[in-house]
Amino acid sequence: MKNIYPLTAIASSFLIALSAPAKADEDAKLVVNDEIEMVTETAAPSHLEGLDTIYSGWTFRTDETQSLQMDDFDNPAFVFVDQAMDAWDKVEGSAEKSCSSCHGDVMESMKGVRAVYPKWNEEAGEVRTLVTQINACRTEQMGAEPWGYTSGKMASMEALISVPSRGMPVDVAIDGPAQSMWAKGKELYYTRFGQLELSCANCHEDNYGNMIRADHLSQGQVNGFPVYRLKNTKLNTAHARFKGCVRDTRAETFNPGSEEFIALELYVASRGNGLSVEAPSVRN
Amino acid sequence: MASGVKPRVKVPSSVSAGEVIEIKTLISHKMESGQRKDDDGNTIPRSIINRFTCTFNGETVIDVTMEPAISTNPYFQFEAKVPEAGEFVFTWYDDDGSVYEEKKSVTIG
Amino acid sequence: MEFSRRETLALGAGAAALSMLPLRSFAATADEMIAEFTGGADLAQDGVTLTAPEIAENGNTVPIEVSAPGASEIRVYATGNPTPPVAAFAFGPLAGSRAASTRIRLAETQNVVAVAKLEDGSFAQSTKLIKVTIGGCGG
Repeated sequence: MKNIYPLTAIASSFLIALSAPAKADEDAKLVVNDEIEMVTETAAPSHLEGLDTIYSGWTFRTDETQSLQMDDFDNPAFVFVDQAMDAWDKVEGSAEKSCSSCHGDVMESMKGVRAVYPKWNEEAGEVRTLVTQINACRTEQMGAEPWGYTSGKMASMEALISVPSRGMPVDVAIDGPAQSMWAKGKELYYTRFGQLELSCANCHEDNYGNMIRADHLSQGQVNGFPVYRLKNTKLNTAHARFKGCVRDTRAETFNPGSEEFIALELYVASRGNGLSVEAPSVRN
Repeated sequence: MASGVKPRVKVPSSVSAGEVIEIKTLISHKMESGQRKDDDGNTIPRSIINRFTCTFNGETVIDVTMEPAISTNPYFQFEAKVPEAGEFVFTWYDDDGSVYEEKKSVTIG
Repeated sequence: MEFSRRETLALGAGAAALSMLPLRSFAATADEMIAEFTGGADLAQDGVTLTAPEIAENGNTVPIEVSAPGASEIRVYATGNPTPPVAAFAFGPLAGSRAASTRIRLAETQNVVAVAKLEDGSFAQSTKLIKVTIGGCGG
């Protein structure tokens, strides 16, 4: 009988270890450069029935990874932001214009832009992501070659354009002319793909906070994209991540820039309405 | 790797004489370790930044010997004593012979 | 650069195979390198601090800090990497402290060792076990 209590104690401590909190530090606050206060946890938008609270992917990371995003000199994404700053001023194409020829100072003219994309473009009659809008500028206004959808140059430019919107709430419109693309994105989100028969929701709505191998599953929010990943030490775009996710279900994936992924980006972005724009963020 | 290498350095522009300040540096570089193989199974040759130095008015602050175990986009944080106004010089030495340099002036205020 | 999981495992397996070989003449171990640095001198167990996460979210980018008041030089070794040396920090007359932070690559869970050469000619060592996890999706 003497042994029962110690054994029970061991068993219960094992259980406690198994049910460790979903996040490294529940009270951690994300403030960038001691200045930009980010909303990393807030009430889910009303259209979202599957979740009560939405969390930034930042909240699922370890202290060390979290701190990399808290200062722009610690955040490796900013070497790419610097490169995009040069590209912003670089004259390219037959019209002999640069981004700045029309848009001036990126920190002023692009304020708020990242927060509302993807967005319906009335003139083009389509939903445009930041990437398709940048390439429309390049081909139609500059007479320049478009950049690859998930290329380094494009990811860097997306990161630069996101910087002046950091801290602003994500606020993509889901009604009006964008509604049908949003509905298409929602359908994709809940559709099971691949040999593993997994939908986005199976992991990121039903199981966020649980472990997938040695990692915490996040809600799959895109408010931090493009993200600098410690794994591949470069900027990663939302569509490249979507492709990776679908591939991991052992399915044929959609292509970056496809109508499916644009619809999915609009829907996933709308699931984060209310979180702060964090891009460019740092993740594992 | 001489293309696309871009240093970032954080130094306060104005300090008081004798003050100890924090410096952060980051440079974009692949830091190819020499341990990886390409799709055909051939070893990708090592190509790293092998040394980083920081001096102030010609005197050494820190001199770092770097090995392939330093991560892509090498980052360093350290402290420097600033006895007078002057200039920090940051230098990165590439395996391929390239040298990347960044300078930051500091005033006493 | 990126190590795929397979490559990382291969590196780890290679390192493990190496450490089991009776003759190590062709690949110096971290211990041998440390002995070369110290000239075989005794290593004090305090005097140098190595700060690093217990569990690294990704072995490609592990933040570490070394600090040793009064040190002229601090060297860092990753004992389980195919090549153990990581960095040598030599401090000059205008160093504001004998401390530095950087980010390093670890091929597998292993001991990381910091060895400081103090200005009085003595040496100090600090060892820390860093666990490297396998990521989630495509990790």
